[in-house]
Amino acid sequence: MSFSVTEPTKGTKWFSGILVVIYAVITIVPLLWIIATGFKSPADSIAYPPVVFFEPTLEGYVNLFTDRTRATAEMLEEAGPPQTWYEEIARERGTVISGPSRYGERFLNSVIIGFGSTALCMVLGTAAAYAFSRFRVPLKDDLLFFILSTRMMPPIAVAIPIFLMFRNLGLNDTHLGMILLYTAVNLSLSVWLLKGFIDEIPMEYEEAALIDGYTRFQAFYKVVLPQAATGIASTAIFCLIFAWNEYAFAVLLTSGTAQTAPPFIPNIIGVNGKDWPAVAAGATLFLVPVMVFTVLLRKHLLRGITFGAVRK
Amino acid sequence: MTASPITKAAQHTPDGIAKKIRGLSDRSIAWIFVAPTIFLLLAVNIFPLIWTIRLSFTNYRVNRPNKEVEWVGLRNYERILNDPDIWHTMQATAHFLFWTILIQVLIGFALAYLINNKFKGNDLWTTIIVFPMMLSPAVVGNFWTFLYQPQIGLFNYVVTFFTGGDPADFSMIGDVYLAPWAIIIADTWMWTPFVMLICLAGLRSIPDSIYEAAECDRASKWRQFWTITIPMALPFLMLAVLFRGIENFKMFDLVVQLTGGGPGNTTTLTSIDLKREAFEKWRTGYSSAYAVILFVTVFGLASIYVKALNKVKER
Amino acid sequence: MKTKMMTTVAAGAILASGLSTAAQAEDLTLCWAAWDPANALIELSKDFEEQSGHNMSFEFVPWTSFADRMLNELNSGGQLCDLMIGDSQWIGGGAENGHYVKLNDFFDANGISMDDFIPATVTGYSEWPKNTPNYYALPAFGDVVGWTYRKDWFDRPELKAEFKETYGRDLGVPASLGELKDIAEFFQGRDIDGTTVYGAAIYTERGSEGITMGVTNALYNYGFLYENPDQPYDLDGFVNSAGAVEGLEFYKELYDVGAPPGSSNWYMGENIDAYRSGQVAMQMNFAFIWPGVEADENVGSGKSGYFPNPAGPTGQFAQLGGQGISVVSYSEKQDAALEYIQWFAQPEVQAKWWELGGYSALKAVVEDPSFATSQPYAQTFLDSMAIVKDFWAEPAYADLLIPMQERIHNYVVAGDGTAQDALDGLVRDWVEVFEDEGKL
Repeated sequence: MSFSVTEPTKGTKWFSGILVVIYAVITIVPLLWIIATGFKSPADSIAYPPVVFFEPTLEGYVNLFTDRTRATAEMLEEAGPPQTWYEEIARERGTVISGPSRYGERFLNSVIIGFGSTALCMVLGTAAAYAFSRFRVPLKDDLLFFILSTRMMPPIAVAIPIFLMFRNLGLNDTHLGMILLYTAVNLSLSVWLLKGFIDEIPMEYEEAALIDGYTRFQAFYKVVLPQAATGIASTAIFCLIFAWNEYAFAVLLTSGTAQTAPPFIPNIIGVNGKDWPAVAAGATLFLVPVMVFTVLLRKHLLRGITFGAVRK
Repeated sequence: MTASPITKAAQHTPDGIAKKIRGLSDRSIAWIFVAPTIFLLLAVNIFPLIWTIRLSFTNYRVNRPNKEVEWVGLRNYERILNDPDIWHTMQATAHFLFWTILIQVLIGFALAYLINNKFKGNDLWTTIIVFPMMLSPAVVGNFWTFLYQPQIGLFNYVVTFFTGGDPADFSMIGDVYLAPWAIIIADTWMWTPFVMLICLAGLRSIPDSIYEAAECDRASKWRQFWTITIPMALPFLMLAVLFRGIENFKMFDLVVQLTGGGPGNTTTLTSIDLKREAFEKWRTGYSSAYAVILFVTVFGLASIYVKALNKVKER
Repeated sequence: MKTKMMTTVAAGAILASGLSTAAQAEDLTLCWAAWDPANALIELSKDFEEQSGHNMSFEFVPWTSFADRMLNELNSGGQLCDLMIGDSQWIGGGAENGHYVKLNDFFDANGISMDDFIPATVTGYSEWPKNTPNYYALPAFGDVVGWTYRKDWFDRPELKAEFKETYGRDLGVPASLGELKDIAEFFQGRDIDGTTVYGAAIYTERGSEGITMGVTNALYNYGFLYENPDQPYDLDGFVNSAGAVEGLEFYKELYDVGAPPGSSNWYMGENIDAYRSGQVAMQMNFAFIWPGVEADENVGSGKSGYFPNPAGPTGQFAQLGGQGISVVSYSEKQDAALEYIQWFAQPEVQAKWWELGGYSALKAVVEDPSFATSQPYAQTFLDSMAIVKDFWAEPAYADLLIPMQERIHNYVVAGDGTAQDALDGLVRDWVEVFEDEGKL
């Protein structure tokens, strides 16, 4: 092992490690609190004073996925003894399950819209970024700034025209409409990020390919794309995080068919006021896909965030 | 952006090779590649923006479909700029922007600096630190109201565990002096990791050879930090400020769930105020003018900032 | 997707077997707020689906975004909702802007009489203009602000004794708002079974309508009037009368001396949480929560009592809540929607509605001799419904609500200025709205 002057000393490492771990522990507490709340009973979730140790229950998750009605004696009689473990949980609260809740649907909508717009955004963004990186595009700098500037608009500011426009086009409250909308919002960021990555890929590779008889399109497809894969992956993380969690447009433009989970989760109500365990359970489950996606792609996270400026 | 040798090469290459390629010309490929993006942005961003600008000169109200729409010229703009309440919300926004950016940059940079010391397991801890920014801001806002409840929330109990006193002594979102800090704390919790990632990337982009050279010159660590680390990482820091600035200027979901703009108007940021005008009072024309003013403000500030950023980068 | 397929299958089955339904089976969507009674309505509607062959879908929007979302839908002529259980204050806009179908002919043709419903709910939920026989909705859910209190705490001998010593009267249901404040103050910060408890959870929410729905319970009873009874839209001296100022000051005092710390942005849900978790001795809340309180493991089964909003110096009123059910004029399935209303208006259905926790507004249900004793809160509900008063139901109600939220919240919670300033400012804001509307 060669000695390097830039390698921090052991003491520095320990010191840094301890401070970072302290921060990580503090920052993870609210998140753990959310996850723990999902396993509390409704009474424990609003216990005064708050409780740290409690008897875990799946009631929050049952409530998240079902609609329940307060049962009259007659209904209970009619329904007979509970058939399943989740019915049993509902019965203990004097309620019967009247059907599945909308959470599954909302979650599925989030999956379709989140991943759909991320995919579309990567296709369009990579193509545009390649063109900006390699070709002389008229008014290139202005166009690039224009693209970035579209991200500066507060969503509320354009929500009314978008709402009216979507209605005329039949896109209101549809998956396609939301996919197009989120793609447009994310394109600015992804074009900028991806251009950085493609700038980093040496021109020589493509030139060699062109000389070998590839068309420009083939060169893009067979040479540039594989090289840009990590960049695309890391850009995708950020697009997904945004599309997955977006709230303002979702709350204003969707309702019945295409509503995503974020406007839905904070307002899950139970049979008596807000159902905090169900809200927490919904938030926890909703975090899982994007968390998995991020953990899988974490190596590329750093490159993604910096327009590919990290050099090896 | 401009000076990299690669882009230079890109600008100068084609002529010789271009002639040899079969199929589409570069020019048409360029257009095919850029057009869908531009088209989508025009349709979903620019067209509504133009529509908003048009509406801003009218007294149109979405909830009065039967009422005749009149052109009112600049009256909407006049009313907004003369409204003291709007300046109040601008002030609240500025306070929020200033402190969130300052605190997030300080903590984010410090964390990045520590993590860059490459202690064992830094990868794992970085991933853990990043988790909050993956949550939905609306859900975060919602949960922080819960955490901030003096009676049933965790925040006051944790704070008073260290400082002593009774958890019910203070209320983060109920107090006019604490509420602006309540939203700053929640936003900082959520977005510091973002700043940290950018800073970390910046620190990792500094080649070791520069430090090695400095070491040979017997520059102290302290001096290296100020003459190498900070200047080299500055473009990244500025980028973080730009992104956080733009995002927090638009901030809506987290704060609206957290405080609803209260108490009173203490945490009514401009985007919350705008939402009230547009979707509660339904003053479409008026709120369109408001939106245009906000857009021009942030666009102007960002343009100046990006110019500065490019200068720093070229240095 | 799945539900649509199910409908098609169900509809096909009905058509194939040639069952009784003459009309085509439709897929109806009913829009309402996402809350407890909505769950009960799903259950109730199963009978309708069975009888009519129509399929019911439901779109429930959380209270805090209910008005935004649904008014947006109506204003844009959206066809999402066939049936709308819209808030009472929307009726003016629904009627004047043509969002709701006028129901007079339908009522006449089907023998539905508004005389069969509690008068306050007919005025509050169905009529526009108010006090004229023009109906745009059928009263669907009667609701009113009332109070819940911890009977078990009120009954403790040591507390009773101490209260008597301090205030010279018995600790019990307050006869006036002033007494209510005394009780709240008495409990504020008190140690009960090892935890600190507080007086009363009251509405203070800023974002939608919370604090307005709360403060009016004090304002009305101290002499606040929306307008000159003899001259419509004449506000000055009525909205900001000396009595109104006193009422507003009362509410602020109640907030300062009797409400839990941090209750600066509380509405229905937060009040329920505070009450259920044993933080407060009393809570202000709409009547819809009472079935839930009775059933609660901590505060239910006899531990809680209920009383109507106590009187003030000039009268006794309570803020009206609740909604009527309307047919949306943009719906293409109006016939099926009307069929639903016809079904819903039947006395048996209304009786079951009450049983499931829905507050029926049908006289036949509430005037039944067994009603008052059917639940511990039934009598309180009846007493409260007799003293209701509603906020503006003008088409511009949202424009009127927003400055009220802002002025009141600024004064009560943020402590800005004086009560007189707040109400004077409110008069200015409201005059401006009415001028915009062309009503002044």
